[in-house]
Amino acid sequence: MTTLALTVNDSATMLRRNLKRAVRYPGLTVIVAAMPIVFLLLFVFVFGGTLGAGLGAPSGGRAEYVAYVVPGILVLAITGGAQGTAIAIAMDMTEGIIARFRTMSIARASVLTGHVVGAVIQTMVGLALVVAVALLVGFRPDANPVEWLAAIGVLAMTSFALSWLSVAMGLSTQTVEAASNLPMPLMLLPFFGSGFVPVESMPAGLRWFAENQPFTPIIETVRGLLTGTAIGSSGLLATAWCAGIALAGYLWARRNYERRPAR
Amino acid sequence: MNPAAAIAVTGLRKSFGPKVVLDDLDLTVPEGTVFALLGPNGAGKTTTIDILSTLTPADGGEVRIAGHDLHREPDAVRASIALTGQFSAVDDLLTGAENLRLMADLLHIGRREGQNRAADLLERFDLVDAADRVPSTYSGGMRRRLDLAMGLMGDPRVVFLDEPTTGLDPRSRRAMWDIVRGLVADGVTILLTTQYLEEADQLADRIGVLDAGRLVAEGTADELKRMVPGGHVRLEFAGQQPLDRAALVLGVPAADEGVLALEVPGDGSVATLKSLLARLDDAGVDVAGLTVHTPDLDDVFLALTGRPTPAEVTA
Repeated sequence: MTTLALTVNDSATMLRRNLKRAVRYPGLTVIVAAMPIVFLLLFVFVFGGTLGAGLGAPSGGRAEYVAYVVPGILVLAITGGAQGTAIAIAMDMTEGIIARFRTMSIARASVLTGHVVGAVIQTMVGLALVVAVALLVGFRPDANPVEWLAAIGVLAMTSFALSWLSVAMGLSTQTVEAASNLPMPLMLLPFFGSGFVPVESMPAGLRWFAENQPFTPIIETVRGLLTGTAIGSSGLLATAWCAGIALAGYLWARRNYERRPAR
Repeated sequence: MNPAAAIAVTGLRKSFGPKVVLDDLDLTVPEGTVFALLGPNGAGKTTTIDILSTLTPADGGEVRIAGHDLHREPDAVRASIALTGQFSAVDDLLTGAENLRLMADLLHIGRREGQNRAADLLERFDLVDAADRVPSTYSGGMRRRLDLAMGLMGDPRVVFLDEPTTGLDPRSRRAMWDIVRGLVADGVTILLTTQYLEEADQLADRIGVLDAGRLVAEGTADELKRMVPGGHVRLEFAGQQPLDRAALVLGVPAADEGVLALEVPGDGSVATLKSLLARLDDAGVDVAGLTVHTPDLDDVFLALTGRPTPAEVTA
């Protein structure tokens, strides 16, 4: 077998293992999906009336805000998934089986790749649940099938990048608790961007940060694809950010995995 | 280096910060034999296993395993070895059969072949009834057996067993010993670490006593036992007259009053026995019986490491 075929083969085996584990230990997946749904309901029904009026559109109110907030909630859900990934890999590292994998002649990256691809699949399932609830509470996207596919692609790309980053974070910690805390700042970033309110409403310094951090172009791209707002250069920026984060996360994760003490 | 050696280690060194864990370790294990590394906690046993199984890089030294250089061809080494550690390396969320299937997939042996090997190992290791349960429902001995079975899926030539029976009840320990003997019968080379002197005595062809990162002694169990004082040869005689004559010839006092026996200090080696019997023969003394008493490995351990054996051993 060629090196590439070997890597793909072993990664697929690791992916099967991770998906089986996710099904047997569903607590983590449920929490990851439940958190953004709670936030969606909170923001639509508690804050939505007031925030929607502030958006300044003619229809105003809660219905307006549902359309605005769903892309932000979806990205928030991805960061929640990243936290779950960091916990899952940290838990895995506490088990002797990782030491066994290292003594076997298998593709070195496959343990990590299996986690990342598994995390993306889990996150996309979680996002489907969030979209279903969003549709129930009045989200009415005007996207055509191509735009839907593109939006799914952007979300998957974001999940892929954050999964590599969270795998690296999970590997850099010694305890599961620390692995759970490290990705927390990621979960705040959609709030300090265009996820929940327009950046134009923020004070100057914060606005500058919000406009230039990676989540804003990602959210703007998803929002544009689903609800027809202007995308502009956001698509390109989002892709560049995701590629950069994925690469940095991959290199960091590889380094942590190689350097980690044996057991 | 000996080409027939399954494991050949020269000058192996490893430090963790200022702490020297392995200090110029040499080790040779011929193919198809069992070598036991015996030593207290912190002697460097697990570090040795970790290095030989490619988990931890060494600071220096040469290692060849199954003919492959550890440093230059780690994947070739990995393809020839299996490791069963004192920490269970099974996936707790997968069933026993699924754990074995995972190994088959990672070893790239076909579906059919994988199923055959798994079925064979489950049968051999008495895990057939447990195959469809997750390991969290297993006993300690069952977990250890599944762990070893996973390692054996790849048909390794060299098996590392890091304290394979630590924490097991006597029955599970015996079951593990039987499994190890079965592997040796199939030609597998085994390097095991243990704190149990009895285990080394039972299983190993050769034993190395590891203390503070150095091999302080190496040999068969009997050779090691002869290295420490306390051994003697007991000679029995048919009557008082040959006893007195022997006592005179050998220059040792008779044992207890009324017992027709002499205890001659000595290591009990063939050479010693030969010369002993030759002297008695020359003097025309008939010996009715002879027994060799060697110290047990506990004595060896104490004499070589300067410390009594770990608590678990004597408990």
